[in-house]
Formats: sequence, structure tokens, C-alpha cells
Amino acid sequence: MQVGVGLPGTIPGAHGELIFEWACRADEAPFSCLGVLDRQVYDSYDPLITLSAVAGITRHVKLATTIIIGPLRNNALLAKAAASLDALSGGRLVLGLAVGARKDDYDASGVEYRDRGKRLSEQLSSFRSIWEDNLIGPETNHQGGPKLLIGGLSDQSYARMVRYTDGYVHGGGPPRAFSRAADKAFAAWSDAGRPGKPQLWAQGYFALGDTNAINAGYRYLKDYYAFTGPFAERIASGLLTSPQSVAQFIRGYQDAGCDELVLFPTLPDMTQLDRLAEILHAQDIRRTE
Amino acid sequence: MKIVVLGGGPAGLYSALLIKKANPVHDITIIERNAPDVTYGWGVVFSDRTLASFQRADNKSYEQITNHFVIWDNIDIHYRDQKLSCGGHVISSISRKSLLNILQNRCRELGIDLQFRREINDSAELRDYDLLIAADGLNSIVRKKYESNFKPGIEYGKARYIWLGADKVLDAFTFIFRENEHGLFQVHSYPFNATTSTFIIECDEASWLNAGLDKADESQSLAYCQHLLADNLGEARLLSNNSRWISFPMLKTQHWHHENIVLLGDAIHTAHFSIGSGTKLAMEDAIALSSALEQHADLETALNAYELERKPVVEIFQKAARESQTYFETLKRHMTLEPVPFTFNLLTRSGRITYDDLRSRDQRFGDLVDRWYANKAISQFSIDRPSTMQTQIVFSPPPVFTALKLRNVHLPNRIVLSPCSNCAAHNGRLVESFANQLKNAARSGTGLVETGQVAVSDLGRITPDCAGIYQSEHVGAWKQVVDYIHNYTSSMVAIQLNHAGRRGSTRSRVDGLDIPLQEDNWPLFSASSIPYSPSNQLPKEMNQADMDNVRNDFVLATKRAHEAGFDLLHLNFAQGYLLASFISPLTNHRSDEFGGDLQYRMRFPLAIFDAVRETWPLEKPIAVTISADDCVKDGLNVNDAIEIAKMLKNHGCDIIAVTIGQTTIDSEPAYGKGFLTPFSDRIRNEAGTPTMVRGYLTTNDEVNTIIAAGRADLCIMDPPQLHDLYEATSAT
Repeated sequence: MQVGVGLPGTIPGAHGELIFEWACRADEAPFSCLGVLDRQVYDSYDPLITLSAVAGITRHVKLATTIIIGPLRNNALLAKAAASLDALSGGRLVLGLAVGARKDDYDASGVEYRDRGKRLSEQLSSFRSIWEDNLIGPETNHQGGPKLLIGGLSDQSYARMVRYTDGYVHGGGPPRAFSRAADKAFAAWSDAGRPGKPQLWAQGYFALGDTNAINAGYRYLKDYYAFTGPFAERIASGLLTSPQSVAQFIRGYQDAGCDELVLFPTLPDMTQLDRLAEILHAQDIRRTE
Repeated sequence: MKIVVLGGGPAGLYSALLIKKANPVHDITIIERNAPDVTYGWGVVFSDRTLASFQRADNKSYEQITNHFVIWDNIDIHYRDQKLSCGGHVISSISRKSLLNILQNRCRELGIDLQFRREINDSAELRDYDLLIAADGLNSIVRKKYESNFKPGIEYGKARYIWLGADKVLDAFTFIFRENEHGLFQVHSYPFNATTSTFIIECDEASWLNAGLDKADESQSLAYCQHLLADNLGEARLLSNNSRWISFPMLKTQHWHHENIVLLGDAIHTAHFSIGSGTKLAMEDAIALSSALEQHADLETALNAYELERKPVVEIFQKAARESQTYFETLKRHMTLEPVPFTFNLLTRSGRITYDDLRSRDQRFGDLVDRWYANKAISQFSIDRPSTMQTQIVFSPPPVFTALKLRNVHLPNRIVLSPCSNCAAHNGRLVESFANQLKNAARSGTGLVETGQVAVSDLGRITPDCAGIYQSEHVGAWKQVVDYIHNYTSSMVAIQLNHAGRRGSTRSRVDGLDIPLQEDNWPLFSASSIPYSPSNQLPKEMNQADMDNVRNDFVLATKRAHEAGFDLLHLNFAQGYLLASFISPLTNHRSDEFGGDLQYRMRFPLAIFDAVRETWPLEKPIAVTISADDCVKDGLNVNDAIEIAKMLKNHGCDIIAVTIGQTTIDSEPAYGKGFLTPFSDRIRNEAGTPTMVRGYLTTNDEVNTIIAAGRADLCIMDPPQLHDLYEATSAT
């Protein structure tokens, strides 16, 4: 399993300079990728713009959306943006897509909330023809377009994953929850007669340091997930707040068959990246090129 | 806080006492419409796990409750003329009356105001309180008043049941299954004090109507049940307490609290009695509510925390209860099972208990199951076996490692491996890497190796790299694989013949499913001219000549498969390929004699089957994959699949492979571990045919559980180690 780190682009107060420094440092080692999240109605940066900005100052890390809300965006425009980022970054883009969980993101974008799942399927199908037949360009680094992942907890997510994409990206939770999702992905994969295994990605949140840092992490998660109502508490309670809990979390995901785990920060502070890097070094987790 | 609890059942009493105990400052009133000693129902069941939480919550009532407990660890099953027993379950019960007495006294001790015989018709009467705990049962007036806030939903069960007592002391939780001229009746019974037991008698609606129980009054119902269970009751009498026949109401509620009102117990959720008692859930709710109130000063935060903690737990419990309820509602389909598989199926019905669990709870029961299957396996191989041999099996393998005989083919065990055949060939001819995967699979200890899809013609390929058996030159490579497996392993080999139909002419599945080829496409056929997806090629509707050609292709492929030495022939009638396109109403819009009702849609697939059966040697078996559910509205469902399986069985099919989905691009099955097993269970036991099943099965325990419960006869496994095995380049 590889371990990547999220960019602080959805944490209020994370300025451009922090994001650039974060990306450069993460590019050195030991992280495998830089992850971004997607949210319209929040004090956060656009995921593809953020990845494009850091693409120019990094060389090694993969650039991953875990996830981007596909149906909010026009199929051709998103296909073009993704193809451009893939081409400009030397094929480092991993595009994770899902329908998202917030109606207000759809309302704010002037996009119908109903039938969003169906539209995501159509979008995935359209990406294929746009990229493969090079209908609008540019030519992508990998023939047929960047690596695609699907997120989401519904039964349809797994059917979508196996039909159109290379794997699944889990939304978060303890390793046991991931393991159940992985079983579904494997079941869909072998049932459909696809060769090999689906790529399995997952994510978690961390806040390392003193009580102030940890409390700031909790506050951010409760705010970011306020739309889930009482569930925000539960998400916040999964925050990894000590080297030991990070190490255990990594081990749990490794044992559950995860291929790539992205750990997202919860406060806009460079020391968070340093502390996480230290833990990975101690666990002897390295990037495999 | 000034707190009022509406309802003096276990939920109300227990929450009041725990809240008061944690913080004696609270002023708590309980309002109950009945007198203190009026109660319905007989005994209440608890599992040992529940008790630990009771002890932590309030040791005093815990001790009093456990002093009144009747404890046992056996489940007895009376089925046909046998009694089977499985131990190690540790269940306990108490009479509802004793439980209420204990809790009432404890409430009084703590200074809670108990108001009996007080009827509240509108919860507005209680608006002066800071918190209203509505524990007023299934017919909660509070929930009804704020229905638009709580959003409840009730679904009534299909079965009828009556809750009775009996002056008989049982020494186990006892299931009784009894068939008479009116239908099938099942009894859930358990002891709860030194003299009395609970007897819940349940039956489907047809049996209930046949027996005239819809018109029976209390004493007539009692007399009927007394007569029904005469053999089990002996001298004992059934007792009634205003008992009547009802349908089980399954209540789920979206929101558990609103403003200063919180619901708990039966007022908010119910779960079928076959899996445990509502009382257990209600008292666990009370524990969660009181600790949430203790931890959070803010009322809304506390009620949120209570809902957050309990709702997921209750939902999981309700899901298992729902499965158990369905099991009993549709029990008829399992009545063909012999006592051992019947019992095993019953004990593993909820999916939470496996073969390994039962074995660790009761080794003797585990051995009994193993021996039964070993005997069964041996009996397949001799025609006139003296019955005394039944007892000769002493040492036996677990069910997964028992043999299965299909016609004259002996499979050494119940495991099937089917390596992914995505890039199996060039121009139909087998490539070495795939041949090696098949050999490696056979060497792994499996009972049967399957080839995956093998095309009966070049037009029937899914991808250009699809394996085929449509030219005489193809036979040699297959024969080499089959000979290797027969010479060096104990595994048998099956070939799966397929015509891709409208799913043909696509690319390798490395990048996804059903991606059309960019060049060198070949023409497609289907029952009707409907493309698989908007980006796939438009298939031609088959005419008589096309059908004759395809039938001829299947016959020739069958001959070649025999020439290559395959043991079992497997036809694919599912997953949206050619023959499936005739069967599903979604893809067959024909107006000729091959379209219309199921019997017409089955005409061409059955003609193929008959032609193949005639060609394939009589001593060798044939399997057919069918779709048990198209997973699309108006598509095939499991009842259609049972009819299809019966037709195939009558035409000489030996085993049905069960799958779902892929009929159209909109099929979105609920994938997961064992997702196909319930479909296989229904087809196997309702169509009376052996089945094989896939569904990401990775452990012997899963396979043992499926086989021992009679849910399938063979399991296609996908253990993760296989990826490494297949990647090993050559078989030496």
C-alpha cells in the first residue's frame, strides 16, 4: 500500500503559499500522491484548479481527486480539463468521481439534483469516447485518458465502477468499513469478468500536535460536515490525533487490501505535513515509483 | 429537569430509573394507562451479551432480574419425526410480569412518581415538562401526533401469529414445525419461569384461512393449537391472555427525537420475535438515552447522541430480523430439506452465524452435520446400500470437502475455480498463459475448473481475444489442458459455451465493460434489434436461418468439447449474451413464436439445450447459468428464474449456475460477499435442482455454511491468493 497526503485546499485560511510549499515538500517524499476534495458551497479551492497549480511545481506525486462531483460539471468541459491536467502533468492525474452528498452544491451550480447518478454514468461513458477518439483534444498521456475511480456508498456505485473505471475510492471510516466496501468492489469485479483486481483507494483525516491543534482539527471537521447533521460528530470522532492512531489506521487499511491511502490535514499548518512524514518514515512507508 | 415518561413498560421504567439514578435532581413522572399488574405477553428473552450492559447500567435491578432468570443453552428443532438439538447458545428469559415488578419497585425506591390508570389522549397535556420520553409502545400517540417530524413507516408481515403460554417447562428454546391438512405451522417456544413457557404459533395466511382461524374466537384458536401440538404438549395446556392472531408490524422511524420529545422502544422500532425480543432493544435504548443525558448538558446534543448511537445498531438488528421474518414467512420452500440441512439452514438464516460458529458452540452438532454430508456423499456412489452403513461414518470431512456426483462425473469436493478468461486466446485459439492458469487452478485443490466463456463461433466472441472452440484446430490446445488436469490432478474440467450476442465485438475488459472495438468489428445478433448500450453496435434481429446456424454452432462445439475430453458442459443463458437476450422481456420484443410469454421466450434457448443434450454423452452432466434477477424494473425476477430452472431440469439439465444482472446496461445489482446466495437458495429449493453459486466467496467457512444449509451444491470461489497463483507463468 502507498500513502498519500491531502492538500489543505478545503481548510479555511489555507493560502496559496501554504499549498505550494505543502505540495513541494510532499513531492520530495515519502508521499505517493496529493489528494483534493470537492465542495462548491464552502470556503475551499476548486479541486482541478488546485491540482493544476501544484502540477507545475511537482514532479513525482500523483495528483488525485478523491473525489470530484462529476455531475456538477459539463461533460466536455470536465473531460477537457482532466485531459489537459493529465497531459500537462505527465500523466499523473487520478480522477476519482462521485455524485456528492450535498443538494446545495447542485443548487448553487444550477444543476438538477435528481437523476445525478444516471448523469454520472452518462458522463463516464462520454469521457471514454471523448478521450479515445480524441474528439476535442488534447491527447491524454495514457491512451484512453487518466485513471478513473468511483466513490459513493450506494449499490449503483459499484456497478458504475466495474463498468467504466479502474477502481473504487472509499469515503472514510474505520478499516472494517473499508473492508466491507472492498468486498463489494471485489464481488462486482469478479462477477463482471474483469481481469485482475480493482484499484482500491481510501482516505482519512489527521490532526497532530498539542490539544490546540487537535481541537482545531475537530472544529474544522464538524464545520465541513455540518450538513450531515448529527453525523458530523461521528466523522470528527474518527480524526487521527496521535502517531500511534495514524500508524494503526495505516496498518488496518493495509491489511484490508487498500492500494492507496490518502490522509487529509484538518488545519492549515506546515508542521502537520512534517509530523505525518515523520510517522511514515518511522513506519518505513515509502513511495514506490 | 422536569421529565415525564409516557408508558410504564420496560422501556419507560428502565429509562426513568437510569436517568434518576444518574442524577437524582431530575423530577421524573411515569404515566401508565393500565394498572400496575396488568400485562400482556408471557416471557421475555435476552442473550448473554445484553446482560453485561444491564449490569453496568444498574447492578441492583440486574441482580434481581438474573435471580428470576431461566437460563438454557440449547435450541431444539422438532421437524418431521425427528428432534435435533444444537447447544452453546446461552439464552435466558424472565416473565414480563416479574420484569415489570422489579423495575417498578426500583423506580419507587429512587423516588420516581408512578401514575397508573391515567390515560393521556393528547401529549399537549404534558407540555409543562422539559423532556417528554415517549415509551408508549407500537401505537404511540406521541409518534402519531408528530408523524410528519418522526416519519415512521409500518410494514405488516405476511404471516399470522398468536402469542400463547403453556403450563409446561421446556429445557430449551424449541422450534416446532408441523404440517397438517390446513398447511404449515411453526412454533417458537421457550421457558420463562418454573412452571410456564411462551408458545408463539405462526403460519402463513393460506394455512390460517384453511384452518378457519380468521373466524375463530379466543377459545377456538386455543383449542385448535392445543390439538395441533398435542404430541408436543402431552398433558400440558396452552394458555391464553386476550391472545389473538395478528400480522407482525415492522416499524421503522426516520427521526427519533423532535424538540423536547424523544421516542424509544416499540414506539420507534420493532423487530420480528424470531430473532430476539423487542424488550431487549427497548432496554438498550433506555441505557443509551440515560448515558447521553448524563454526558451532554445540552438537551438537543444529548438526544442527537442517543439517536446516533442507537439508530445504526437498531437498523442492523432490524435487517437481520427482517431476514429472519422472511425466512419464516416463506418457510414452505425449505420443507423439502432433510432434517439436518433444514436445521442448519434455520440456525444460519440471519447470515450472522456460520458453520464455524455453530461448530465452536457445539462440536457434537458440527460432527453430526459433517457425518450427515459424508454419508450423503457416499450414498451417491452405490445404488442399494444397506441402511446399516449410515452409522459407519465416524470420521468425516467438512461439507466443502465431500464429493458430488453429477451423472457419472465425480467431483472430489464442492469448490469450483473459474479463472478470468478475458485474454484467453488469439483468433479463438487458446494462449499458453491462460492454459497455464487453468492447470494451476486445477492443481490448487479445487474439485472443478471452469474455462470461462468459450465462443461457439467467431461471431459469438465477446472480444477478439475470447477463447473459442469453433474450429477443429482449436480442439488440440483444449485437449492438452484437459489431459494435463486429468493426469496430474483430481479436479474435473468444465467448458462454458457461449455466444456473446449483442455484447460481442468489444474490447478487452482491462479498461471497462462493453467498450466497442475501434476497427475490425463483426456483425452482431440478438433476439431483437436493440443495442446493449448507446455506444454499442446495433444487432440484427435473428431470423430462422440465423437460429439454425447458432444451433449448429452449439452442436459442433459440443462435439469438439467431448473430443477434447471435458467432463462437464456449461451453457450461458444469462448476463445479456445471446441466449439471455431471448429470455428477458427487456431484450426480447419479438412478435413471432420466440417472443411473448416466458414459455415462448424460452423456446430458442431450450431448443439449443435439447440439441446440445442430444449431442453430449449421456453419462456427462450439463450446467446452465441463468439470471435470477435482471435488476431492472420489468425484467426477470427470481420467480421467473424458478420457472426457468424447472423447465431446464425437465429437459435434462443437471445443475443451475445462479447469477444476476448484466442483462442490460442499467442492471445495478447490490454486490457484496455472498450476494447471490439467497437467489441460489430459492432456486435450489423451489425448483428442486442442484445449484452452483459465486459471489466473492473466499473462505472454507463461507462455503461450508452454504453447502450445509442446502443453499447451493457447488461454490465458485475467489480467494485473493488466486491472483498470485494465476500470475505464476507456468505449471510445472
